[in-house]
Amino acid sequence: MKFLKNVLLLAAGLCLMFGSAKGAMAASAKDNYRTYCAQCHGMQGNGQGINVRDMDVQPRNHTDAVYMGSRSDHDLLTADKKGGLAINKSVLMPPWGDTLNDQELHAMVQYLRKLCHCQEGKQ
Amino acid sequence: MNLLKPFALWKGIAGAAVAVGILALAAPPSRAGDVSAGMGILKNSCVSCHNLTGPAPTTLKALWARKGPDLFYAGNEFRKSWLISWLQKPVRVRPAGEFYADHIKPGPVHDVVDESTLKPHMALSKEDAVKVADALMTLRAHSDLIAREHVAPGTISKTMGKMVFGKFLGCIACHRIAPDYGGLSGPELYTAGSRLQPAFMASYIRSPQAWDPKIWMPNKHVNDARIQQLVHYLQSMKGGNQP
Ligand code: HEC
Ligand code: HEC
Ligand code: HEC
Repeated sequence: MKFLKNVLLLAAGLCLMFGSAKGAMAASAKDNYRTYCAQCHGMQGNGQGINVRDMDVQPRNHTDAVYMGSRSDHDLLTADKKGGLAINKSVLMPPWGDTLNDQELHAMVQYLRKLCHCQEGKQ
Repeated sequence: MNLLKPFALWKGIAGAAVAVGILALAAPPSRAGDVSAGMGILKNSCVSCHNLTGPAPTTLKALWARKGPDLFYAGNEFRKSWLISWLQKPVRVRPAGEFYADHIKPGPVHDVVDESTLKPHMALSKEDAVKVADALMTLRAHSDLIAREHVAPGTISKTMGKMVFGKFLGCIACHRIAPDYGGLSGPELYTAGSRLQPAFMASYIRSPQAWDPKIWMPNKHVNDARIQQLVHYLQSMKGGNQP
């Protein structure tokens, strides 16, 4: 009985450790965008979120195929994960590496490609 | 889920022990009767919108469903004097409410807050506010995170503070530092000095996710020296109009 209890406790502990790790549950890119990106990039991804009025550098318009087509998937991933500074852009674009896991970050790049109707190197 | 129960219970007991220990050291005395009366009010009138026991949401679904800010670490977050006065005369802290994306709409130039969806917060009598504040100050989850912070006494000029908060770190994108200056998706910080405890500010800036795993404030990996500067700056923000 005591042994069983210990095993259960251990299992519960493991659940807690891994269950709360950010790798556990991946949310859809659309839901992540609504939660984390829309505040600056806008509900429609047009760069016009509720926060923009007093920002010195305006958030990128993610529906702009010409600009977004000029950025590589690697640039987009780096910006999303490590923030604007990591690609020599504004500090106002935050890093999301502690909020989204790698799977979610890759899915986000694909979602950005959907928003702009564009591919890397093409418009 | 049942598997978690013994562990959660054990954690709860450990947490309570820590809470009692810290309470004995730090908080001004509050009468036991007030605390339990305050708990009664919280359970009757406040749990429908506020989580008093934790944990914070771990999925977006739960985050979106949250009707009011979590209060299960209120005793580590707020200044009691602020609670007592705010509960009697609540003024908006989050310009876009909770959850922000449910309270915005496209505007002529950019998205705007949809004021029609935001309701005023209920107000308490002075007597009830004191009891509720006493009760809230006993809710001290995450005392371990608070214990890790040391905010040295100090000051920073308004100009330098504003520069660190704005140009250097970009916090201004989401937070207002004057009633009409700054971003709207985070709580206003022009009353941060009267509302929040310094160690909480430091800890939250160090890792918002440690407090609220799904929150839409990013971890900007702010270094220790900058955290000290930010807290000194925010401590000086006690309302008023100067950005
Ligand atoms: C606090 C406001 C803010 C939030 C929140 C935000 N961004 Fe940005 N973002 C910006 C700003 C400002 C820029 C423009 C930076 C520049 O041009 O210097 C930008 C630029 C970008 C770029 C363009 C980078 C390039 O190559 O030019 C991408 C991609 C991007 N953001 C993705 C995202 C994603 C994905 C999210 C959500 C996970 C997000 N942003 C959340 C402010 C924000
Ligand atoms: C209908 C839902 C609802 C009920 C009921 C409610 N609250 Fe709130 N409460 C909110 C919302 C939403 C906010 C955020 C307000 C803001 O940011 O301006 C809030 C904010 C607060 C805050 C400030 C917290 C912070 O992080 O800024 C406190 C303290 C508080 N409520 C206490 C109470 C107490 C005590 C009661 C019961 C007597 C109560 N609330 C009942 C929705 C509610
Ligand atoms: C992308 C938006 C965003 C950015 C950028 C941001 N924050 Fe926040 N901040 C938030 C949100 C959202 C919350 C929590 C809201 C809640 O609890 O309901 C928050 C909470 C806080 C709190 C606690 C406030 C309270 O009332 O409990 C402090 C202090 C704070 N932020 C400081 C900063 C500092 C300093 C920076 C820059 C290093 C920063 N924030 C950058 C969105 C942001």
